[in-house]
Amino acid sequence: MRRRILPGFGLSLGYALAYLGLVVLLPLAALAWKASAIGPGQLLHLLAAPRTLAALKLSFGGALLAALADGAIGLLVGWVLVRYRFPGRRLLDALVDLPFALPTAVAGIALTALYAPNGWLGRWLEPHGLKIAYAPAGVLVAMVFVGFPFVVRTLQPVLESLESDVEEAATTLGATRAQTFLRVIAPVLLPTLLTGFALALARAVGEYGSVIFIAGNLPMKSEIAPLLIVQQLEEFDYTGAAALGTAMLLVSLLLLLAVTLLQRWSRRWAEVRA
Amino acid sequence: MQASRWALMLAMALGAAAAQAKDLVLLNVSYDPTRELYADVNRSFAAQWQAAHPGDRLTIRQSNGGSGKQARAVVDGLPADVVTLALAYDIDAIADHGLLAADWQKRLPDNSSPYTSTIVFLVRKGNPKGIRDWPDLVKPGVQVITPNPKTSGGARWNFLAAWGWALKQPGGDEAKARAYVETLYKHVPVLDTGARGATNTFAQRGVGDVLIAWENEALQARQELGADRFEIVVPSLSILAEPPVAVVDKVAAQHGTQEVAEAYLKFLYTPQGQEIAARHYYRPRDAAVAAKHAAAFPQVRTFTIDQVFGGWRKAQARFFADGGVFDQFKPGTP
Repeated sequence: MRRRILPGFGLSLGYALAYLGLVVLLPLAALAWKASAIGPGQLLHLLAAPRTLAALKLSFGGALLAALADGAIGLLVGWVLVRYRFPGRRLLDALVDLPFALPTAVAGIALTALYAPNGWLGRWLEPHGLKIAYAPAGVLVAMVFVGFPFVVRTLQPVLESLESDVEEAATTLGATRAQTFLRVIAPVLLPTLLTGFALALARAVGEYGSVIFIAGNLPMKSEIAPLLIVQQLEEFDYTGAAALGTAMLLVSLLLLLAVTLLQRWSRRWAEVRA
Repeated sequence: MQASRWALMLAMALGAAAAQAKDLVLLNVSYDPTRELYADVNRSFAAQWQAAHPGDRLTIRQSNGGSGKQARAVVDGLPADVVTLALAYDIDAIADHGLLAADWQKRLPDNSSPYTSTIVFLVRKGNPKGIRDWPDLVKPGVQVITPNPKTSGGARWNFLAAWGWALKQPGGDEAKARAYVETLYKHVPVLDTGARGATNTFAQRGVGDVLIAWENEALQARQELGADRFEIVVPSLSILAEPPVAVVDKVAAQHGTQEVAEAYLKFLYTPQGQEIAARHYYRPRDAAVAAKHAAAFPQVRTFTIDQVFGGWRKAQARFFADGGVFDQFKPGTP
């Protein structure tokens, strides 16, 4: 056996596996076990119901859109924070983490107060037909808010390691600005951007606290899937709730798998470029 | 031999003394709007108990949340000695899990509901949309705020009040009642998950023309947010909301708190307890206390859930269960 430089491989691996098992896998197994009590007919009735489909569409569709928006905004903010020096930069940098620290219910109430018809922004937007609070758009706003720091925080270290001399070299070799961005910067950033995207996506899919305040929660229109789960629980239908939860888990897993594959492909693409 | 007998007697004497002076912790699991009510009740009852049992140290803890959520927490193991919830169905659910007797509602007077409330309307100052009674809620252009009956106990009272009114109109029948309530929910732009949330949406966010609410919630909102901003409208007919209370036998037996738990609930029926309830805008059962506070509570004609719907279990299964009547409605779609 090859000698390792530091001792403790067995202990640390054992600890890591036990920890993952207790904290992550055990609750998920309990969920799947609870859900397995549901009959196939009941499952179909639950998952194929138009209301469930509408809720799943809003939760996953909204989360995808929100993660895309977070990707764009996060890239821009990360770039500005890393590349430029300006007064208040550190304060701005600290503010990025705020959505992490804020209890989601507080975030939801604050956003609702802002976008409600009598709110600071709502009173200007509403007359122009832009309804955000108590509409599907509100769900999106809350999801963008909670997912945004993930993209910035994952991108920052990579942006910092990105030396500007590479861009200067590209320019001296006659590349246009667009070419430098697309062929030099983007390939390096893309895998990390995808990681941030995946994190923001996962966060948005599971978000409950802030969304229910701003959504309006109308069935078929602005009702998210986690709220349906809460309603199942409210009827003491633990099995139905677990089944719906497992379904969400599976879709999330597929989405994250797709992002991982995309990431691998983009990394290879970056290596070919390099 | 002799020594061990002495030791035994000493132990018994100590045990008896311990039985007289006890450390008692009582957990009351209640629903959302009762925070202020039970804070007062706990203070008064603790003082009274302490006076009668000088050796005891009584601590009363309070837990508030959505009624259904609280019931679920108790089923899942929240060690409640007493539950004081928004509707009997939630305590039935706890009884179904064997934590208290199925006939719990017969153990205390008045359906185990020491105070009552009813469902009224809260409208903006001057009543700009002219809301006087239930038919006004479905006029074109009127927006109604009420929470989701699937997640809110209060919202279920609202739903049933509307249904009962429509049913009791001249020529009213089940089909007409259903049509009215279905139309009513088309006028609802936001379905909050709880009664407090709906009050906030209406009062703080300025959404909607009328809030359907518990009378105690409406009176309190008016008191706290300004009597100059809101008016209360009492409909021609409403439901008698009876929020029930019960000792959770199994938990109380484990904690050795049966006696104090029962005394706590009985205290709610005493003139002193009734007075506290009235001060917090709950209608007292006691005729003398009710007469004293008559000015605070307008006359309202009411029906009970047993009269019109045959009890909570039937109402729950028919209207609010999965695939029930409410699930067939399309709220917010004009």
